[in-house]
Amino acid sequence: MADDVKPRVKVPKKAAAGETITIKTLISHKMESGQRKGKDGNLIPRSIINRFTAEFNGKSIIDVTLEAAISTNPYIEFDSIVPEEGEFKFTWYDDDGSVYDTSKKIAIG
Amino acid sequence: MKFKALTALSGVLAITAAGAVSADPDDDTLVINGEIEIVTKTAAPEHMEYIDEVMSGWHFRSDETQAFELDDFDNPGMLFVEQAMDVWDTVEGEKGKSCADCHEAVEDSMKGVRAVYPKYVESAGEVRTLEMQINDCRTNAMGAEAWKYDGDDITNMVALISSVSRGMPINVAIDGPAEMMWEQGKELYYTRTGQLELSCANCHEDSYGMMIRADHLSQGQINGFPAYRLKNAKLNSVHARFKGCVRDTRAETFAPGSPEFVALELYVASRGNGLSVEGPSVRN
Repeated sequence: MADDVKPRVKVPKKAAAGETITIKTLISHKMESGQRKGKDGNLIPRSIINRFTAEFNGKSIIDVTLEAAISTNPYIEFDSIVPEEGEFKFTWYDDDGSVYDTSKKIAIG
Repeated sequence: MKFKALTALSGVLAITAAGAVSADPDDDTLVINGEIEIVTKTAAPEHMEYIDEVMSGWHFRSDETQAFELDDFDNPGMLFVEQAMDVWDTVEGEKGKSCADCHEAVEDSMKGVRAVYPKYVESAGEVRTLEMQINDCRTNAMGAEAWKYDGDDITNMVALISSVSRGMPINVAIDGPAEMMWEQGKELYYTRTGQLELSCANCHEDSYGMMIRADHLSQGQINGFPAYRLKNAKLNSVHARFKGCVRDTRAETFAPGSPEFVALELYVASRGNGLSVEGPSVRN
């Protein structure tokens, strides 16, 4: 597991039924591209977040493939319709096999 | 979108800044998290002879870069503030103490601190920067090793301390026991260095609002430090910036933490008296 990896998301606490809301997500991650050389002249192995997904009440709303050119601490912002109250689940997949997730509840009102 | 909060009135300024190239400061207003109002332009402090209005480097950046600072979630510098927050509570050194053991909640104990530094510290008998105070705490109060003066650990800690004072006016004392050092800093500011024979003033006083090759020249205010720079994706300290500037004049630079840079920091900070503490800011 890479150092200092911490997922964070910003989701409104409540929304009107059917409303479109903006979700901001960020995970602190070094996103080592695999192209750089270390002080010893050898390549630093690639270590990136390669996939990000978000689900609402178990239903997929976004599924992103991330590549090596994406810079450190990837920030992803997107819109989603909120049909009912429920829970967003966000998942990040690391090259080294680690999986980080976090969830946020949203109420209707 | 967040950009609505930025009023793009660059036309207004183009009239006042006669003849300058297209790098004029804009006229947007900065409110962080919708609640912390930041003074980014104000009347210059009395001691300044050649500038009427001081402004934060924030005005010299594009709308996209400016927008990073409107919300802490979007400000990449806040990631490092969070790291420093963990360190604040971490016990280190022989005396088994953390920052929090003496200073308790950083939001309360450190509020307003960033605004008055560098300052003359009576007990030490010298002008000190925040970095010097932090290292003094580490070596004396905690029995821990001092951090590298412009290393990541200390810069992140300065950013944490700065973040709790955001919105408060910079108010660095330049009289009394600090005066000698301040005069020394002023002299450095106006002294040309390097093969290019440039002083701080040549760029940041005579030429702000113009382009230096591909970049915008700001007034060189340090109210926004530590600054997260998009070019190196980390927080940068005041002395690291000084070092970069002096190096760019093609001179041998003073070392970060040297008495010369402390004097220069005191002087440059005093040029921003009246602006709000803004750090951690976001710059190119």
